[in-house]
Amino acid sequence: MSETRVHFYQVGSFAVGNRLLSADERTVQSDRRRTNSIDSGHRACQGCGEALGARYALDAAMRVTSGQLVAVNATGCLEVFSTPFPETSWQIPWLHSLFGNAPAVATGVAAALRVKGRDQVRVVGQAGDGGTVDIGFGTLSGMFERNDDVLFVCYDNEGYMNTGVQRSAATPPTARTATTDAVGPEPGNAFGQGKDVPRIAMAHGIPYVATATVADLHDLERKVERAMSFHGARYLHVFVPCPLGWGAASSETIHVARLAKETGIFPVYEAEYGEVTGVTKIRRQAPVTEYLRLQRRYAHLFGHPGRPDVVARLQAMADANIARYGLLATEEDE
Amino acid sequence: MLRQIEGSHAIAESVARCRPEVVCAYPISPQTHIIEAIGVMVKEGTLAPCEFINVESEFAAMSVSIGASAAGARAYTATASQGLLFMIEAVYNAAGLGLPIVMTLANRAIGAPINIWNDHSDAMAVRDSGWIQLFAETNQEAADLHVQAFRLAEELSVPVMVCMDGFILTHAVEGVDLLDQEQVDRFLPPYEPRQVLDPEDPVSIGAMVGPEAFEEVRYLAHLRQLDALDRIPEIAAEFSEMFGRDSGGLVRPYRLEDAETVIVAMGSVLGTIKDAVDERRDAGERLGVLGITSFRPFPLEAVRQALAGRERVVVVEKAFSLGMGGVLATDVAMAIGTTTLHTVVAGLGGRPITRTALLDMLERARTGRLATLSFLDLDEGVIARERARMATVRRSGPFAENVLRDLGRPREDQA
Ligand SMILES: Cc1ncc(C[n+]2csc(CCOP(=O)(O)OP(=O)(O)O)c2C)c(N)n1
Ligand code: SF4
Ligand SMILES: [Mg+2]
Repeated sequence: MSETRVHFYQVGSFAVGNRLLSADERTVQSDRRRTNSIDSGHRACQGCGEALGARYALDAAMRVTSGQLVAVNATGCLEVFSTPFPETSWQIPWLHSLFGNAPAVATGVAAALRVKGRDQVRVVGQAGDGGTVDIGFGTLSGMFERNDDVLFVCYDNEGYMNTGVQRSAATPPTARTATTDAVGPEPGNAFGQGKDVPRIAMAHGIPYVATATVADLHDLERKVERAMSFHGARYLHVFVPCPLGWGAASSETIHVARLAKETGIFPVYEAEYGEVTGVTKIRRQAPVTEYLRLQRRYAHLFGHPGRPDVVARLQAMADANIARYGLLATEEDE
Repeated sequence: MLRQIEGSHAIAESVARCRPEVVCAYPISPQTHIIEAIGVMVKEGTLAPCEFINVESEFAAMSVSIGASAAGARAYTATASQGLLFMIEAVYNAAGLGLPIVMTLANRAIGAPINIWNDHSDAMAVRDSGWIQLFAETNQEAADLHVQAFRLAEELSVPVMVCMDGFILTHAVEGVDLLDQEQVDRFLPPYEPRQVLDPEDPVSIGAMVGPEAFEEVRYLAHLRQLDALDRIPEIAAEFSEMFGRDSGGLVRPYRLEDAETVIVAMGSVLGTIKDAVDERRDAGERLGVLGITSFRPFPLEAVRQALAGRERVVVVEKAFSLGMGGVLATDVAMAIGTTTLHTVVAGLGGRPITRTALLDMLERARTGRLATLSFLDLDEGVIARERARMATVRRSGPFAENVLRDLGRPREDQA
């Protein structure tokens, strides 16, 4: 096999090229032997968090399974930008069926592998937030309930990006999308009750549920590895900024993702059999404004007079996450 | 061995002897007895190795079948009516991907108003999906058609739907002679997929196809249906030779010799029609019957031959297109029509319909060179290459992807 040239991605303080770590602690991405499951040359926008997340997750899964992996993909940006055939980016067996059925298709692949006695081959299903929390939710819940041997990864960019940035059930309150425009007395997405799919996944009591962001490569890879150590249904919810849909600079993807975690807006934790087993603490707490101001989808909250009342509600949501998961480091943590 | 058995149970046993590896279904009357019986066989271990998966919807049932089939397993499901409509997006997808899933459709009306009884509206709703649709006249034929269906589906990499009238057949207890395991094994070889998800040989299946190739991909799927027009009677003949029983085929003529009026129909109603015809024949009327077994692909030529020169054709059908009329009748009219009628398929998947192409088509029509069915701007070279590949290599891979790869290559004539 010809050797692939390694591209290094800047991923903040846990940088891929962290030569200070011992070899076995380094990331899969820093290893020349990584698969490049989704190879360069695809059509994602510059700074696409989803492209990065998929590459991290699948390369890690490829390493733990020694390359014995099949991926099933829902319709969405990841599917479209990776396969304007014949230029497929996929270096692993990959199947796209529909927008709302990836969990069930993955179940079918897993069943076929089991019946064929090929248990060493593992299955990853993947979709955007729309394909996971909205249209694919029924099939996802069914797959969880049966505890099928599938790792399902949701790349959450908080909207239907592939169709031009419309609202999904994962779109946060007040965010501007094409169907929740920043017009009228309450601009942006309305405040609802939200749909916290990682917690819903936990309520199914499945072996493993975790959240992660593309800002922490070590954590993301470790969680994929941990997920693959279980059999049965597993769920990984990855926070992936979308520069185009969020109106953020392409160069800020990692920064935005890190701030989502550091503000408490996106809690990073893992759970086994329905119980939280680990929480990634906030290292340097930031107010939500620091996160919001980097994104044009929240621009209507700032300026004059701005909407300090609405920003306060968003801060309260972040604070509620901090309290629920104990995200602030305590004395003992130090 | 001839046994008195409920239609659904006959189907379950027949399917089980085809050694399905993944069976996934969602209950709906009148299909329930079929999948319940298969479920029992898997659970007690008489059907093994087989995964029986209970899912949360028909959409999931077809999706699981898609995944299983793409990963190389023989997949089976069954549904009816609302269930078929609930899975329709995946029904089209299975055909588009060329996955040889076999499905029993226990034909039932579609609501509103909700109605659990038999008609053919459900089958008609997916007639353009790319599935082969075979209609059984009796439970014996339904049981035999399933064995033929797996053979046909897997040979051609096309999904096959065996349609049998809900309740009238599914719940009728009558004599059925089921093939034993050894007989089925002789007729149906193990499934050797054309495309498969395999880490040793990674392929991408289900890629995006734009206007540059969509028409060719669609046309290839149509050609496979035309291939089925040849293979359906051949497989039926082989079946009959092996087991001494006529089941399947394209059409089923009955007392056509000197018939002036021919009644055309599908499914179990043919039995009643034949009785009526026998009665009128005794009274001296020259009547005949043409049963359609293969509704998709539609055997235009066989129907044309059977109906040529008749005084009157009466189509009896259990479905109709609101605001238009008969569905089967429209197809029959297409076969026997006297006025020259052409179909030109154009603009698939966004391909531009150009003025030049239209003018050329009109010229061919004027000079009598336009076929009954033609495809505007079709790239014959691409079609020929994929057909050649399919003829020489069993594991020829996903055909949409092959076509695109061909298009990406420099042309021999330009290179
Ligand atoms: C049944 C169906 N409805 C709608 C669409 C159109 N559609 C394709 S992708 C998409 C949005 C995808 O959003 P998401 O799952 O969040 O993925 P993203 O593109 O944001 O990564 C939509 C609405 C479709 N393909 N199928
Ligand atoms: S629109 Fe967003 S998710 Fe889609 S490719 Fe661009 S950055 Fe990625
Ligand atoms: Mg999205």
